[in-house]
Amino acid sequence: MKLTLKIWRQAGPDDRGEFRTYTAGDVSEHMSFLEMLDVLNEELLSRNEEPVAFDHDCREGICGTCSLMINGIPHGPRRATTTCQLHMRSFRDGDTITIEPWRARAFPVLRDLVVDRSAFDRIIAAGGYVSAPTGSAQDANSILVPKTRADLAMDSAACIGCGACVAACPNGSAMLFTAAKVNHLALLPQGQPERASRVVSMVRQMDREDFGGCTLFEECEAACPKEISVENIASLNRDLMQATLSDRGPGRNTGGTG
Amino acid sequence: MKLDARTPSGPLAEKWDRHRADLRLVSPANKRKFHVIVVGSGLAGASAAASMAELGYQVSCFCFQDSPRRAHSIAAQGGINASKNYPNDGDSDWRLFYDTIKGGDFRSREANVYRLAQVSGNIIDQCVAQGVPFAREYGGMLANRSFGGAQVSRTFYARGQTGQQLLLGAYQALERMIARGSVTMYSRHEMLDLVLVDGRARGIVARDLVTGEMESFAAHAVVLATGGYGNVFYLSTNAKGCNVTAAYRAYKHGAGFANPCFTQIHPTCIPVSGEYQSKLTLMSESLRNDGRVWVPKAHGDNRIPRDIPDPDRDYYLERKYPSFGNLAPRDIASRAAKEACDDGRGVGPGGRGVYLDFASAINRVGEATIRERYGNLFEMYNRITGENPYDTPMRIYPAVHYTMGGLWVDYNLMSTIPGLHVIGEANFSDHGANRLGASALMQGLADGYFILPYTIGDYLATAKLEPVDSSHAAFAEASKRATEKLTRLLSINGTRSVDSFHKELGHLMWNECGMARNREGLRRAIARIPELRAEFWENVKVPGSAETLNQSLEKAGRVADFLEFAEMTCRDALEREESCGCHFRTEYETADGEAKRNDDQFAHVAVWEYQGVDQAPIRHEEPLEFEFVKLATRSYK
Repeated sequence: MKLTLKIWRQAGPDDRGEFRTYTAGDVSEHMSFLEMLDVLNEELLSRNEEPVAFDHDCREGICGTCSLMINGIPHGPRRATTTCQLHMRSFRDGDTITIEPWRARAFPVLRDLVVDRSAFDRIIAAGGYVSAPTGSAQDANSILVPKTRADLAMDSAACIGCGACVAACPNGSAMLFTAAKVNHLALLPQGQPERASRVVSMVRQMDREDFGGCTLFEECEAACPKEISVENIASLNRDLMQATLSDRGPGRNTGGTG
Repeated sequence: MKLDARTPSGPLAEKWDRHRADLRLVSPANKRKFHVIVVGSGLAGASAAASMAELGYQVSCFCFQDSPRRAHSIAAQGGINASKNYPNDGDSDWRLFYDTIKGGDFRSREANVYRLAQVSGNIIDQCVAQGVPFAREYGGMLANRSFGGAQVSRTFYARGQTGQQLLLGAYQALERMIARGSVTMYSRHEMLDLVLVDGRARGIVARDLVTGEMESFAAHAVVLATGGYGNVFYLSTNAKGCNVTAAYRAYKHGAGFANPCFTQIHPTCIPVSGEYQSKLTLMSESLRNDGRVWVPKAHGDNRIPRDIPDPDRDYYLERKYPSFGNLAPRDIASRAAKEACDDGRGVGPGGRGVYLDFASAINRVGEATIRERYGNLFEMYNRITGENPYDTPMRIYPAVHYTMGGLWVDYNLMSTIPGLHVIGEANFSDHGANRLGASALMQGLADGYFILPYTIGDYLATAKLEPVDSSHAAFAEASKRATEKLTRLLSINGTRSVDSFHKELGHLMWNECGMARNREGLRRAIARIPELRAEFWENVKVPGSAETLNQSLEKAGRVADFLEFAEMTCRDALEREESCGCHFRTEYETADGEAKRNDDQFAHVAVWEYQGVDQAPIRHEEPLEFEFVKLATRSYK
């Protein structure tokens, strides 16, 4: 296949950035999208041009490092698929493909297609955990979790933290990410003691990080490579409402530094 | 080089308890005066950093990824072992210990492996308490499945994403400590050198991968949790960023490197599809619970699999290893696949593949059950190959996966450099010559949650440590060395890319030091690697500058280290004149093609001591003493 690639190039956080057009000449349908970029980078290098910087690591669809807006869609056209698992058989000979970094105020561009997603870590630091100090746990089977409940928790826990939900949202909201974590722990008995303080502090941190508000466009669910459901957002809202109404004391968690 | 394993005396089951009673403690009031650096934030690093911070130590944690949640532990699919005996099928600490020792072909330490089995149950308790959503039975109890190399069901799992969930548990514990101010996290930082003061590990030099700034960090002890070196083969199941740099820097400063030739080849990976291929994708070993492995009996049988009737298929694992069948351990299953393909009966492009077939399981339990058990893995396979594994068998082939070798450590997980502790895949200690499935997660978390936090206290309580901060001359020197290396890489301006060197090295390693090795091949590699290394330093092209985010420069530094490390690996494989576990020397095999161990001469750990870039390292031996198990021929028939 022969493809025309319009790629966002930006030398650093303070650079204006611009699209540049490249031709990828010899693309096999078996290549992953990132392998196609690897081949392009080798070619740029041979022409003494700087390769395109992009984030990636496991290339197995699980680490959440890879990103890329491909033709305006986070992770590209194939549903429930990360960029590293997107293969060129999803494109056709002669296509023009536009490749951009995640677009969100809370995810500043570091270089080319690489953005800073550390705001997600700070949301987790604000309360996205169960306080279980090492060595103090009771026997695992003394905490019973019905299978259906454990399966639902796992559905939420499958979030890879890639940020596609934020990039897809017209408001740049991190609601789906935060809701997935809140709901994962809210569904389990272990998550109950800190349930109210957790949701309050995580949402508070989300706001501090310059993410936009959620107005239920549901673009996040459509873009999520792990098909995390917006039902998580409904659960978060319910928990948040309940927590703010009933939790009179100040939250124990006051937000973290990631 | 002095190799004192510090293995406690006494009965096997009491060693760890006795040792813990003997370990010196740091008083709670003094713990905050100690600063520990943890490099790496995977299962081992994150759990260690969080647990030490809970105890009261000041911890700094480093990772090259943009977030600790992305460490490659996250990719482990199948599960984690523990000797809980919940299914009541006869498991015990002893059985888990024995399976692991035997699976490793009797090339690991008894005391370490027994300790691993002992703490395995606590790991599950800890993770459940953290909210890790393990699979459950309808009554709410934890579910188990079986894995290669075991005849009991002792593997706990979270769909096909066990590594992800365990890592998120450890990462959340880490973030909790970060919020409390007990851990300072440095993401997008790469350790480029270890700093020694008075012969002790006292800090590191790291590069901020965004700004390019070289920074110095001083501490009372350093912990490396930096994973394995499988990417020396270029194509592997490791994440692209996995590298040997931190461990190799430590080796250059005098830390012994143990058994580097023990590289596990995982039997169930998706076969290579072309030259552009950047990495290999593993399909969880748990698939072998229901998938049957076969190739056509006849050479050149190119019919589509469904048209090949049962009598024309060779279910070679079931045929050769009737008691374990498709659940034969990884080294055995990998070698058997290679044999079938070398025999010209491989399937798929290039004949480098065997079938992993779910048809009988789908007939037996229905497609819905198979979908429930392995759905996400089937989807992944479909995305990569474009084939539907519910209709047609998967094609799989072995690939480089996990490295059992690593920095040598004693029973306290301390290397030969005082104050430098090494945990998880980065150390060599528990898996011997082959790792059984679902043991890596167990070891990473055992080291990080339950072993290191105790043993490091002994070092901190007993070592006489002078106050040292990053203004000490040793930091300036290390920083200068690291900067010079980067400057040199950028100034060569040759004609070949970093990747082209990495690919050539990887190809050489796979051919000469891969699934099967022999004397001639290893000698060829040992002659060729220095030439390739010389060419790299004359002709590599690294664009850009050191003052910005520069991914080519990051890669170049890592490949430079692989180019030295690979040579030591080949030397290790050459000197070990026996076959054991994943180290298969074609000169040493039994009449029926199985690995032939030589316990008289090689029941030891080979530990390498650095002598200089172009000088052969010195090989030392730590004899392995088997007091409680009898060295037996490893049979799965």
